[in-house]
Amino acid sequence: MKTENNFFKKLFAKNYRSRTISFLIIIVGYIVVEALMMSGNLSSMFQSLLVPVTCYIVAAIGLNLNVGVSGELNLGQAGFMCIGAFSGVCVSGALAPFISNGIVRLLMAIVVGAVLAALFGMIIGIPVLKLQGDYLAIVTLAFGEIVKSLINNMYIGFDSEGFQFSFVDNNLHLGPGGKALINGPMGATGTERISTFTIGVLLILAALFIVYNLMYSRSGRAIMACRDNRIAAESVGIHVANTKMLAFVVSASLAGAAGALYGLNYSTLVPSKFGFNLSILILVYVVLGGLGNMTGTIISTIVLVLLPELLRGLADYRMIIYAVILIITMILTNNEKFRGWMAKLKDSLSFKKQPKEVEAHE
Amino acid sequence: MSENKTPVLEVIDLGIDFGGLTAVNDFNMKVFNEEIVGLIGPNGAGKTTVFNMLTKVYQPTRGSIKFLGQDTSKMTVVDMNKAGIARTFQNIRLFSNLSVIDNVKIGMHNSISYNNVDAIFRLKKFHDEENRIQNEAMELLKIFELDDKAEIIAGNLPYGAQRRLEIARAMATNPKLLLLDEPAAGMNPQETQELMTMIRFVRDHFKIAVLLIEHDMKLVMGICERITVLNYGMMLAEGTPEEIQANPHVIKAYLGE
Repeated sequence: MKTENNFFKKLFAKNYRSRTISFLIIIVGYIVVEALMMSGNLSSMFQSLLVPVTCYIVAAIGLNLNVGVSGELNLGQAGFMCIGAFSGVCVSGALAPFISNGIVRLLMAIVVGAVLAALFGMIIGIPVLKLQGDYLAIVTLAFGEIVKSLINNMYIGFDSEGFQFSFVDNNLHLGPGGKALINGPMGATGTERISTFTIGVLLILAALFIVYNLMYSRSGRAIMACRDNRIAAESVGIHVANTKMLAFVVSASLAGAAGALYGLNYSTLVPSKFGFNLSILILVYVVLGGLGNMTGTIISTIVLVLLPELLRGLADYRMIIYAVILIITMILTNNEKFRGWMAKLKDSLSFKKQPKEVEAHE
Repeated sequence: MSENKTPVLEVIDLGIDFGGLTAVNDFNMKVFNEEIVGLIGPNGAGKTTVFNMLTKVYQPTRGSIKFLGQDTSKMTVVDMNKAGIARTFQNIRLFSNLSVIDNVKIGMHNSISYNNVDAIFRLKKFHDEENRIQNEAMELLKIFELDDKAEIIAGNLPYGAQRRLEIARAMATNPKLLLLDEPAAGMNPQETQELMTMIRFVRDHFKIAVLLIEHDMKLVMGICERITVLNYGMMLAEGTPEEIQANPHVIKAYLGE
């Protein structure tokens, strides 16, 4: 009994509290949604939002590691999602005749999407992260657009000889039994919808697990050191480019995984869905939730996805209200007085009986 | 020959040009093990430029730097630290959003042996290493009288404590040579006195060489065993504190004719 007590105490100790809270939000949220669904109290519109929300959360957690913890602006998160989505659709489509179990194919698609996105992240990260300044923002912005246009002009099919690629209309020459997976600007059509909310939630938990454990370790400290003071970080023997690369690649691979989940949630998926707007949207989730604050990212993503739907009753005014709420939140969270109130509120709510522990992270 | 007679650092005919401007020229210096050496000179003499060359922030245009008998011409900033040169900065450069103990732990970055997989899955190696550096970091903080401030954000520390933390972070990289760039800048006489004791203690305790830039002559004359004087990027004089104080060239450089 005593060890169990200590375990719970540790979960809510100063250094663990934020981590525990973000895991709790996800788990409690999942249980509530499942309960609502089972009792038939969730409208089909909200049900259709469940998987996309989990995708956005995963992509936003990744982006927060890149923008908040590592301090490099990345405007191409949608590009990495795009890679994950279409590679995921290809993997699932190609494996459909061999593996009938949707969950297995979905997991394989997520892994392939994450690995491919990480690979592309590495390719563009190698030259860019050696530079100082906002070059990553410019390059990732261009990267997102390039990926979108490439897939817009790409035809991919699968037959007995493997994957067939073409950049010319209907030039795939598929063998018998072959099928087209991506049809250029028409995107992926006839995809089997195998994404589930449960897998999405598990993916969030995995993303949180990876990001938190990385943040509170040797590499995480190094990433924050490079953000705070590049020159000092180098002077204590930290390789800045490699360190920033780690954050960038993990961020890209999480976006890839999120993309795969997203892509397999729709029977039709067009590349134009992964435009600059989506990158900015995810960046807004991150900035509003707080740089480096994963719990905040989760909450802001959920709120900002639900908000336009909840405001639907206001018809034409809903996007105005949405924008006004965004602006007010941004101003308030930067207001010293408001922050002071919030801090006081937090103090009065926190567990005061905690014994002082001098543990740092563990 | 005893070990004390092999130089830790040997600088031969070092020089650097910025565009057409020669900032440092024909600079020679030796630092022996367990020695405290001072580098002084009027403002703009090129002292910090020498530090930046020793740590490879600037690549020297001419000459060579030998550290522990090894040629360093191909080494980068990171390599120099791994080889055993640690430094502090004239304008304090802490990781100011992180806690005091994290600043020190970041200094231990290269001594930690677990990898990212150990970290993500929180394997035994991760816990062992984190416990080890937690203890080592606390010990180091005790030496610099910062152990009671371990969890404070570094940017919120008072000025003198920030200077000490920077030295602690440099020592966390386990150097053989410590470069201090104006460690007493902005300190009151009492703090300076404590700093002198601390620098001597660090040298004796860790058995390292210390090279320091300082304008506070009480500190320089008080703890340095040898002093090199730099003026207009050239070496003006070299010797014991007594010799330097009596050197007419040095007096002229500082006070004018």
